[in-house]
Amino acid sequence: VCFIPGGLDCSISFISHVLGKVCVHGRQKEILSVLVPRLTDLTKSDCIWQRICWRLVECVPDRWMEAVVLGFVQRAPGADVLSRLLGNLVVKNKKAQFVVTQKMLLLQYGHTTAVLQNLLGYLALDSLRRALLIKVLKELLETWGSSSAVKHSPPEQQQYISKAILICLSHLKEPEIESCRQELLTSMMEGVKCHLDSNLPQIRRLGMIVAESISSKINTDGPVLKFQYEEDDEARELKSLLVQTPPFCVVPGPRDDDRNDKTDAALPGELESNKKSHPAAPVKPEEESDAELDSDDDLIPYDMSEDKELKTKAPVYIRDCIEVLTGSEDVDKWEATVKALESLVRKNPAATREVSVELAKIVLHLEEKTCIEGFVELRQRAQVAILTTDPIPVAKYLTSQFYSLNYSLRQRVDILDVLVLAAQELSYPKSHGKTKHSDAQKPCIQLLPGSDSSKDWRTIVDERIKNKTRRFAMGQSQVERASGPNEFNSVAGHFFFPLIQHFDRPLTTFDLLGEDHFVLGRLVHTLAILMYLAVNTMGVTAMGKALLEFVWALRFHTDSYVRQGLLSCISSVLLSVPAECLLEDVTEELLEAQSWLGDVVEKDPDGDCRRLALQNLLLMENLKKKLQTVPS
Amino acid sequence: MFIARMALPPPDPQFVLRGTGAAIHTLHFSCGSQEPAVPVLFSGSENGFIHVWNLKTHRVDTALDGHGRKSVYCVETMGGKDQLLSQGRDQRICLWDLAEGRTAVTDSVCTENVGFCRCSLLKVAQGRWLMAMAAKALEEPSCGSQPLLLAGYEDGSVVLWNMSMGKALSQLVCHQEPVMSLDFDSEKAKGISGSSEKVLSIWSLNEQQNLQVYKTHKLVNAGICDITIRPDKKILATGGWDHRIRIFGWKNLKPLAVLDYHTASVHAVSFSDHKIPSERLLAAGSKDHRISIWSIYTQT
Repeated sequence: VCFIPGGLDCSISFISHVLGKVCVHGRQKEILSVLVPRLTDLTKSDCIWQRICWRLVECVPDRWMEAVVLGFVQRAPGADVLSRLLGNLVVKNKKAQFVVTQKMLLLQYGHTTAVLQNLLGYLALDSLRRALLIKVLKELLETWGSSSAVKHSPPEQQQYISKAILICLSHLKEPEIESCRQELLTSMMEGVKCHLDSNLPQIRRLGMIVAESISSKINTDGPVLKFQYEEDDEARELKSLLVQTPPFCVVPGPRDDDRNDKTDAALPGELESNKKSHPAAPVKPEEESDAELDSDDDLIPYDMSEDKELKTKAPVYIRDCIEVLTGSEDVDKWEATVKALESLVRKNPAATREVSVELAKIVLHLEEKTCIEGFVELRQRAQVAILTTDPIPVAKYLTSQFYSLNYSLRQRVDILDVLVLAAQELSYPKSHGKTKHSDAQKPCIQLLPGSDSSKDWRTIVDERIKNKTRRFAMGQSQVERASGPNEFNSVAGHFFFPLIQHFDRPLTTFDLLGEDHFVLGRLVHTLAILMYLAVNTMGVTAMGKALLEFVWALRFHTDSYVRQGLLSCISSVLLSVPAECLLEDVTEELLEAQSWLGDVVEKDPDGDCRRLALQNLLLMENLKKKLQTVPS
Repeated sequence: MFIARMALPPPDPQFVLRGTGAAIHTLHFSCGSQEPAVPVLFSGSENGFIHVWNLKTHRVDTALDGHGRKSVYCVETMGGKDQLLSQGRDQRICLWDLAEGRTAVTDSVCTENVGFCRCSLLKVAQGRWLMAMAAKALEEPSCGSQPLLLAGYEDGSVVLWNMSMGKALSQLVCHQEPVMSLDFDSEKAKGISGSSEKVLSIWSLNEQQNLQVYKTHKLVNAGICDITIRPDKKILATGGWDHRIRIFGWKNLKPLAVLDYHTASVHAVSFSDHKIPSERLLAAGSKDHRISIWSIYTQT
């Protein structure tokens, strides 16, 4: 394709048609990869070529406009180039406007950040188009703040919209922010509420980052909103979108490096000048002290090996611990007791059994009196120790408290975590008697990263369980395990059934099926883990049956975290209950579950749910095959 | 030839003085006078009493009650043991006449200061003393030579003041926490300060009257109540919150001994001014109502 240079009055509409037709037939890549760079060069300084280019795209018939615009937006190397190529197309052409402001932002979410930058930068560059930018921002915020969108749209789309919002914010100027400050504030408040309500940490974090950014833009003076969340690459990337590189920076890459080099060069210069200005404290030269060494040698030091750090003594008896924890005003002693509690409990199992429920009650209600490092961990380990030393009464107590009035969410979730950790300890064979509490894992629930092979379902399930548990200590990973009786066998039922009993009975302050869906999600995951750990116990079939009925009752829950938990429950049942028992006693529930799984695979909006459902179906297939190959 | 030697266990106190009935905050020896004068130790306690201990009989000779039962946190002698200065939490500094068995307060100054800063005495001439104290109103003293004052502050800094000009010559921040105690060696122009943190700070004064940090020493446990350098400048003692008395060599701050006798914070440490070196003693007063007397490194 060659262009006739200026002077001649020519009609380009034919070329527009060709371009449009080629693009709509899916050949955008081929034609635009040649066309766009050529046009970029030609339009760099030549106004006539710019006008020609604008005419070119304007003349593309409406039915092909979308393909062409999409292609241009994706191919253009920068927002300013896009501006040169398209001109005010979005203002003049309704179809183009729809594609740019609605379709690409709200209806699609597969485009890269660079494309978003192009698009929004393009809107920001011309005063005629800026009105569209603001309109776009308002619409994006509306979607971002809608609770149904947060609940039902895939996380990828939510991330895309968040990115778009951040880029829009970065383009806005002061007067524009002034004019829509109130609206921004209202949308931010609504949006942050629905985001924080979500069970998925990724969504919560997105909400926090966007809210912080909006707040920093509208409150330039005075306190801004600040959340605490995990700063990883994703968060940093999102936050970097809020700062725009200067508009005529053609290729962001190398320029950034230049700027970085300059700032690096500036710093050492500053440091040196600082050194000169402050009188440094010189250390007396070493030579003098050497000369004086002789006279000091006259004085012979005494034995100082007993000189150690002073430590307050912790009580040695369990009953003393109870006294200190419930009433003592002596803060040092209280601290020492909290630190020593777990080891005391483990060393004195008989004494602990005498007062187990009382001690469990005290530790459950223990609040931080002074600032101890790792208090939450210490408290949890103490609770686990008490529970494993005297499982049945303490489990009875804890499960009854889970459904009682006047407990905070944190306490209820603590109960669940403690039950899981204790169950794990009880169900694993004891080697050397003690588990090494080496490095503590970060206490956060992470979503499983996407898994590829469906054959590794066992490792996947293990991973999932590991990730879903708030774990503060790693057990020994070495394999050398002596065999012993399964201590979890006699108590599994006491852990499991009370938890599953009252989930549908709301209390004044605690409604699992209503507002407290976060706790419901954790409860479901806990049940899945308890089920998994109950493998090889006597009551496993009864547990499996009850669990599947529970899953059936909750299968249409709107929260994706809860649904993921339900799917984990099914996996646990399939893995723990022996295949023969499954076939005999649990057939109906299994068939019902299977039909539900099929539904989930096809229709669930959450990618993780679909994946889990697929794995479960594969598990079922494998079981069937296993049963068929066994000669009966 | 190098002979490896097993370190000896630290010595026990030579004797222990009991009977104050309250935490001891300050100690001062007066043992320089000739025979037949008895060497004494003055101690100030939290119950407002100043006890005069007879170091031969190890008993209290006199108990002075002059601060309205408010804690006495500083005692110093002026000249011999007949003139005593005491400072208490009743915001008064009292001058006592103890000659010939008297126990009278001859003069007192009201400082109007509720802090814990001990006053400091300097002999400017025979019979003439200069006293520095933290107070609201200061009077200009008239004196020939230019006395310098070192003061430690709650912000962790030590300041050198020129008294006649009333001006600060140098300020050094040597601690993150308040300075609890300090002592200075004028011969070597080196001083040491202790604080509520884990670090001892040694600083020096150069020819331009500037304070500079010379060295720091990290302790095992945080909190120092009192520091004192022995008059012969060979060793120094610190009393700490961890109930222990630590002895260091002054030249290089080499740790020499840790004396672990008391069962509560050691509030005051003091070296005696015996003329005969072998008789020198170290006293430590503690919150556990006891004063321990040690004879340590007396051979040098």
